[in-house]
Amino acid sequence: MALYFFTPFIAIILTILGGGIIFYILGFNPIESLKFYFITPISNLYGFSELLLKATPLCLIAIGLSFCFKSNNWNIGAEGQLTFGAIVGGGVALLFYNQEGFYILPLVIIAGAIGGMFFALIPAILKTYFNTNEILVSLMLVYVSKLLLDYLVVGPWSNPEGFNFPETRQFSDSSRMPLLFEGLRIHAGIFLALAAVMLSWFILYKTYLGFQIKVSGLSLKTAKYAGFKGKTMILVVFMISGACAGLAGVGEIAGPIGQLHRMISPDYGFTAIIVAFLGRLNPFGIIFASLVVALTYLGAETAQIFLQIPKYTGQVFQGMILFFLLASDYLLFFKVKILNLKKNELRH
Amino acid sequence: MYKNFFRYLISAIFLLGFSVNSNADFKVGFVYVGPTGDHGWTFQHHEGRNAVEAAGIKTTFVESVPEGADAERVIRQLAQSGHDLIFTTSFGYMDPTNKVAKDFPNVKFEHATGYKREHSNVSTYSARFYEGRTLLGHIAGKMTKTNTIGYIASFPIPEVIRGINAMTLAAQKVNPNIKTKIVWVFTWYDPGKEAEAAQALIDQGADVIMQHTDSTAPVQTAEKAGVWSFGQASDMQRFAPKSILTSIIDDWAPYYVERAIAARDGTWNQQDTWHGLKEGMVAMGPYNSAMGADLVKEVEQLQKDLASGKVHSFTGPIYDQKGNILVAEGKVADDGMLAGMSVYVKGVEGDIPK
Repeated sequence: MALYFFTPFIAIILTILGGGIIFYILGFNPIESLKFYFITPISNLYGFSELLLKATPLCLIAIGLSFCFKSNNWNIGAEGQLTFGAIVGGGVALLFYNQEGFYILPLVIIAGAIGGMFFALIPAILKTYFNTNEILVSLMLVYVSKLLLDYLVVGPWSNPEGFNFPETRQFSDSSRMPLLFEGLRIHAGIFLALAAVMLSWFILYKTYLGFQIKVSGLSLKTAKYAGFKGKTMILVVFMISGACAGLAGVGEIAGPIGQLHRMISPDYGFTAIIVAFLGRLNPFGIIFASLVVALTYLGAETAQIFLQIPKYTGQVFQGMILFFLLASDYLLFFKVKILNLKKNELRH
Repeated sequence: MYKNFFRYLISAIFLLGFSVNSNADFKVGFVYVGPTGDHGWTFQHHEGRNAVEAAGIKTTFVESVPEGADAERVIRQLAQSGHDLIFTTSFGYMDPTNKVAKDFPNVKFEHATGYKREHSNVSTYSARFYEGRTLLGHIAGKMTKTNTIGYIASFPIPEVIRGINAMTLAAQKVNPNIKTKIVWVFTWYDPGKEAEAAQALIDQGADVIMQHTDSTAPVQTAEKAGVWSFGQASDMQRFAPKSILTSIIDDWAPYYVERAIAARDGTWNQQDTWHGLKEGMVAMGPYNSAMGADLVKEVEQLQKDLASGKVHSFTGPIYDQKGNILVAEGKVADDGMLAGMSVYVKGVEGDIPK
């Protein structure tokens, strides 16, 4: 069992080694490249704050996803829930454009969470009452929400003074996340992520609901036999997951972006799936995993700035982490046995 | 091409394991929205960067930077790591560029296609692509048999509408029966969508296709369907050698070199640049011989006249779709009107999406 929590570290070490080999093959000095990749980005306060900024949405979404994944519900559409949460939250922010009031930001945040929750309920309801496949439905809804966002920023919500460019107005300060430090972009959204971590730990490990979730994850039949209300549980985990993704979306638009446009998320909703598994679906593991994955984004930028290493290596690193994690899991749970077959035995 | 050679040379140097000295005196940074191999918008900016390198100035680029929260960090990192001049080459970098410029008053910033210059160290620049569209319109009006020109448009911003109008006006001049059909794809780069749009226009009877998007999909679709097409942003002839009549080429190289040298020598000042055929920021690809020698001669003359200012793309009388006069006879549209253009001229079919 200890090994189960140790394999993510093995995966990360293998990724770093694999990355070094790739850099070497590409003709870069591997040690120097890795230094620019994993150390330079966070070698000063600004870099570290950017790491936290980048990790915040990943952590929030992954926490939500852990509820779904633990109970064997495959919500692949966190990106869509993030987008829809951002749309609803952004709509509220635009509604209160140029208005003052301490209540506006909380309203924006709550609206975002409700938006994400609503959007996650669609695959959940279809799964519970119509037996559809939640993987497909949640994934397809990603495109629905992105097209809706496209429509809104091009059409009805576009900035009236913006020459028809596909973006809304900049939100007023009253609906922006307060900054934690002058001159840094890190904002109050990080407290939402930390609160989600604490809350999810409490729910998963200290409540009856958490127990139900875990049991259904381990064996659906056992859960049914124990008399757990399967349908309600599916709805609840999807709602939690959607709310977290919606919060992540609001954190981005009310935080560093400050408006709605077509590029509010560089696929955080999908990357968070890697984060959730790298963190072993454990709330504290997810904090760690979100920092590691966020670093691959920042590292890709610094590596291109300083060494002109193609930026796509960031995605290669993310892919390698997941690959090595799955591979180490496989080797952990299955024993490799080399069969000593004779030649003629093989023919049969 | 020596430009390409230079690029390979640079790659070769990196492959040998040398690294850029990050303490070099003067450095220019570039932020791209797409990959350098998109053969359209970003590719041309990258060619411009190569020209700056060839002029002996050190450069850095970061490609595929999303126009969301990441842009500000990348721009700030370039500013922090000793870059003295930074080109941000997509509209979506406008606010991040101005934000970072405020914190780095000694670094110069150049933002492409934007209109915000909130600090004295921010310049903006763009090209008069509509002059190229006028040439395309002239060619399309002469070449079409169905009198229908298909136009794949990205977003209903003034720049795109200006292109549609300039093309339509020029086509009407040589062929009064011309109709412009438009498909809005709401993306700058999506080969699948662009190809579908091109096919839809061809199915509706268009026998000349042009696009205000970045991929090579429309010209390839046109080549397959046997209709005429035009390259956009870069010379796309090799992707559709039979179909392409010419290309509008964004040539940023002279501007980039000039501004980089100005910044290095301390003569850089804030500007709002809008260059066209005259300055060479807009250039035309080779003309297809299928056009016939007479038409090629005509178009080359028109190109010269546009460059010299003898002919203006928007010369009155110009009417909107309802027949109201936009530009009176004998007048030309001023830059203010061009910059905010938001209605179609007569002869364009459909409505601008709202």
